[in-house]
Amino acid sequence: MTLPPDLQDWFARQGWQPHPHQIALLEARGDTLLIAPTGGGKTLAGFLPSLVDLKDGHKGLHTLYVSPLKALTADIARNLARPVAELNLPVRVEDRTGDTRSSQRARQRIDPPQILLTTPESLALMLSYEQAPQIFGSLRRVVLDELHALAENKRGDQLMLCLVRLRTLAPGLIATGLSATVEDPQALADFMGGAAVIQADPGPEPDIAMLATARPAPWSGGGGHYAVPEVLDQIRQARTTIIFINTRAQAELFFQALWAANDDNLPIGLHHGSLAREARQRVEAAMAAGALRAVVATGSLDLGIDWGAVDLVIQVGAPKNVKRLVQRIGRANHRYNAPSRARIVPANRFEVIECVAALEAVHEHDLDGDPRGPGPLDVLCQHILLTACAGPFDADALFAEVRTAGPYRGLTRAQFDDCLDFAATGGYALRAYDRWQRLMLKGGLWRLRDPRAARDLRMNVGTIVEAEMLKVRLRGRGGVPLGEVEESFAATLVPGDTFLIGGQTVRYDAMREMVIEVTKQPTRQPRIAVYSGLKLATSTQLSHRVQALIGDPARHWVLPPDTADWLALQDQISVLPRPGVLVSESFPFQGRWHFALYGFAGRNALQTLGLLMTRMMEEAGLGPLGFIATDYALLIWSLDPVTDPAPLLDRDGLRAGLGDWLAGNAVMKRTFRNVAIISGLIQRNMPGGRRSGKQATFSSDILYDTLRRYDPDHLLLRITADEARRGLVDFDRIEEMLDRSPQIDHRMTGRVTPLAAPLLLEYGRVPITGAGRERLAEAEAAALMAEAGLA
Amino acid sequence: MSYRFDFAGQQLQARPSGALFWPDRRWLIVADLHLGKSERMARRGGSLLPPYEVLATLDRLEAEIAATDPACVVSLGDGFDDDAAALALPDMLCDRLRGMGRGRRWIWVSGNHDPSPVCPRLPGETVAELADGLVLRHQAGRGPDVSGHFHPCLRLAGERRRCFLIGPDHLILPAFGAYTGGLAIDSPALSSLVPQGLAIACGGTRALPVPVGAILRRNHRA
Repeated sequence: MTLPPDLQDWFARQGWQPHPHQIALLEARGDTLLIAPTGGGKTLAGFLPSLVDLKDGHKGLHTLYVSPLKALTADIARNLARPVAELNLPVRVEDRTGDTRSSQRARQRIDPPQILLTTPESLALMLSYEQAPQIFGSLRRVVLDELHALAENKRGDQLMLCLVRLRTLAPGLIATGLSATVEDPQALADFMGGAAVIQADPGPEPDIAMLATARPAPWSGGGGHYAVPEVLDQIRQARTTIIFINTRAQAELFFQALWAANDDNLPIGLHHGSLAREARQRVEAAMAAGALRAVVATGSLDLGIDWGAVDLVIQVGAPKNVKRLVQRIGRANHRYNAPSRARIVPANRFEVIECVAALEAVHEHDLDGDPRGPGPLDVLCQHILLTACAGPFDADALFAEVRTAGPYRGLTRAQFDDCLDFAATGGYALRAYDRWQRLMLKGGLWRLRDPRAARDLRMNVGTIVEAEMLKVRLRGRGGVPLGEVEESFAATLVPGDTFLIGGQTVRYDAMREMVIEVTKQPTRQPRIAVYSGLKLATSTQLSHRVQALIGDPARHWVLPPDTADWLALQDQISVLPRPGVLVSESFPFQGRWHFALYGFAGRNALQTLGLLMTRMMEEAGLGPLGFIATDYALLIWSLDPVTDPAPLLDRDGLRAGLGDWLAGNAVMKRTFRNVAIISGLIQRNMPGGRRSGKQATFSSDILYDTLRRYDPDHLLLRITADEARRGLVDFDRIEEMLDRSPQIDHRMTGRVTPLAAPLLLEYGRVPITGAGRERLAEAEAAALMAEAGLA
Repeated sequence: MSYRFDFAGQQLQARPSGALFWPDRRWLIVADLHLGKSERMARRGGSLLPPYEVLATLDRLEAEIAATDPACVVSLGDGFDDDAAALALPDMLCDRLRGMGRGRRWIWVSGNHDPSPVCPRLPGETVAELADGLVLRHQAGRGPDVSGHFHPCLRLAGERRRCFLIGPDHLILPAFGAYTGGLAIDSPALSSLVPQGLAIACGGTRALPVPVGAILRRNHRA
C-alpha cells in the first residue's frame, strides 16, 4: 500500500510531511508494532492504512481502535473527523465506551460504524453479545493504542484474548500496535501474538533536569511543597505546564499549596481520577481553550486535550521507574523534532537520590522493566464466561484459539480445563450439587445453563479492581458532586470531620444512600483525604542504581549538598548501607519498636522477607504488629525490640515459613480478593446497583480462609499462590540478597535515623495477626475499661 | 478465656468464640449461624461461593459443645440462611448436627431468615421465642432480653472483631456463622438499643470487655 495522491495532497495542505514510520506502517503487510515517541504521529500512522482502504467505502465495521483511556477515544474521534471530512471519505467514526449512551450502543450493534473507538472493557463486553459475529465479521484492522500501558497489567491480557477472538470472527484481520518507547520491543511484539517491529526515530534528546530550589527537599514526606515558589516561576515562564504528582491526595495538597502562593492569580487547574466527571471536563475544556497555564494531575491523567500546547512537564516526587519518566517527559512539547522539556522535583531527600539515579539512567538510555509472566488464569476464567454469553462454544476450539494469544501461548490443556471447570462448576469438591453448574455441556458445546446469568456476567466485565469509592456531594440545593473518596476512608469519618477534595476543605455531615454529604468549610484545617493512590514500585534496576550511589561516598558530590549532608548524618548517627553489608537498625518510635533493614532487593522480595521475618519474630515472642516494604528497605514494628537480626535471617528458619505463614497473610488475602473478583467468584456489580463493601455481607478474607481449610487445591488458591509468587517474588531474590551481603551490621540507634524517616510515611502497611496484636487488643481494652473506671 | 457477667439476674459467660454459656442451666446459646448461605446465594443466581461455610460453622460449634457439654443448645434465630437452605442441607451435615444434639435438648428460635419449623432431618424443636429465666428471641424487643440479629462488631487495636453487647435492657450476641458480616456498635440501630454498657470482643483467645461509651467516644475523637 502506498500513500495515494489525495492523501499526499492532504498532508501537503496541512504543511506536513509524512514521517518515514508512517509510510513504513502503510507499506507493512501483516501485524505490526510501531514504537515511536510521543508526538511522533503514531495514532495517525495507525489509521492511515484504514483511511486509504476506506476510500471506496466499506459495509460494516472496518477498523477497531482500542485505547486504555476513555477520554482518548473522544480525542481521537475529533482528530479523525477532519481528514474524514476533508477527504470526503464515506466513513462514520463513533466511540463506544462506558460513557456511551445505551441507545447509541444498541444501534451500534445493528448498524456498526466503519471506525469504532473503544476500550478493552467495552470490547470484551461487545464480544459477549450474541451479535458479535455480525458486528465483527467485516472487521479488517485493529489498532491498539498505548499498548505499552495496556501490557503492564491484566487489561492487556484480556485485550489479547479479545484480539484472538476477533481473529476467529474476522479471519485475515491485521493488527497494529502503537507504543511509546519500551525497553524490549520484541517482548511487546510477542505479547501481540507476534508482529513485525517498526522503530521510529526517537527524536532529539530531552531537556530534563532537577528543578533547582532555594530550600532543600525535606527529610521525609511526599508533598514537594518546599518547591512551590520555583514551580510557580516555571509556570510563569512556560506557556502551559503539566505538573504530575504520584497520588491524588498529594495532588490535592500540592494544588492547594500552589494556590496559596499564587499571587499573580495564574489560572491553574486540578485534574485527577477521584474528581467528579463534571469537574474534570471543566478543566479539560479550559485546557483545550488555552485558558489554563498549568494543571496539577496524577499519573492517571486522561486529558483529551491537544498536547501541543504543553511545553513543560514538572514531575513532583520520584519517578520510580525510568521508562515511565521518559514517557511522561514525552508529554511536553508534542512536536516531533523539538526536545521535550521536563523538570523533576524530588519530594524528600531519599527521592533526591532516586531522581539523580533516574536522570543518569535517562541519559544512558538505560530503560528498565520487568518481563511479564504468562497470562493470568483469572482473566482466562472471565474470558471463558463471557465467551459463553455470546453463544455455545467448543472447548477444543476455544483452547486452540486462546493459545494463539501472546500471553497464553504456553497455556497447557490441563490449565485450560481447570479454568473451564471453574467457570462451569465453581471448581468445588461438592460439585454433586448441580446448582453450582454455571455452564453446561450440551451436544458437545458448552453453554450458559441460565441465559439470564449473562446479564450479571456482563455487569462484571473488567480486570481492574479498584478500592470501593463513595461519591461526595455538597449538601443542599442541587447537591453539586465534588468527587469520590475511598470507602475505607469514609468509614473513618464522623460528622464534623473535615477533609480535602477538589482543592477545597469540606465538612462531613452525613451519609445518605451511599453518598457522602458535605458542606464547605474553608477556614478549618483539613484531614487528608486518603484516596487510592497508585502505588508505584521503584524498578529493581533503579533501586540498584540508588544502592550503588548511597554506598559510595566518593560519588556523593553528584548529589545536592543537603542530600550529601543527610547521608553524612546517617553515617554519623548510624551507618551507611554499603556493598557487601546488610545494614539494619532498631529504634523506638511512637511507643513501638521499629526495625529497619536496608536490603535494596526490590519491594516484592522485601515484602516476602517481611512476611517471613515477622514469623520468626512471632516465634521469638517479640510481638510483631506489622511491616512495610519499599524497594530499598523493610520496616517492621513490634512490641519488643530486635536486638540481634542474625537468627531472624537464618535461611532455614525463613524457608520454614514459606508455607503456612505466607499463605495465611494479609498480602495473600489482598491478592485473593482481586483474583476472586476477576474470575467471577465475587460479583462487584449486581442488578439494582453496586454493592458497597459495607453492604457486602462477608469479606473475601473469610472466603479465603474457608477455601484454604476445606479446598486447599482450589483453582483460585492456586492462581493466588502463583500471583503471590510472581508479585511477592520467589525466595531466590532473598537468598541472593543474603549472598550479596554476607556481613550483618546492626545498630541500636535510640532514635529514628535519617534513612528510616521516609519509611515511616509509606503507605501499604501489612498488619500481622498474632500474639502481639492480641497483647495490644488486651491493653487497649484494659485502658478503655480503666478510663471508664471499670477496671 | 470467657468473660463472666450478670444480666437480668443471671450469671452468664461470654465465650471468645462468640457463644454464650449459661452455667446454671448448662445452656449454650449461639446466634445467626446462617447455615446454607452459599447454597441460597447460588440458588438465587448470585455469586457461587465455596459451599464450605456450613462445615466451617459446624466445626466451631462442635468445638464449643465439646468444651461446655451443654444440656441444651439454643440457636437464637437465623440458624439457616432461609427455610429452603435448611431443607437443602446435605444429609451428611444433618447427620452431624443430629450427632451433636444427641443426649441434649436443641432449640431453634425462629429468625427473620428462617421463620418456619426446622427441617425434620435436624434435631430439636422450633419456637418463636423462649421465656424461661431469660427472654430469648431473635431480635431485641421489650427488654430485658437476649437476642442476635444485628451481628455487632467493633474495632480493637486496628482489627475488626465480633462482639457481644450488654446493656441494661438488652444482651445482643455476635453472629456465629462463618459467612456473616457485621454491624458496628456505634451504628444507630445498635447504639439506640445499647447506648451504655459493655461490649465483649471475641475472636482472640480471651473475650475482652470494653465499655461501649468509651468506644463511641473514641470513634468520635478519631
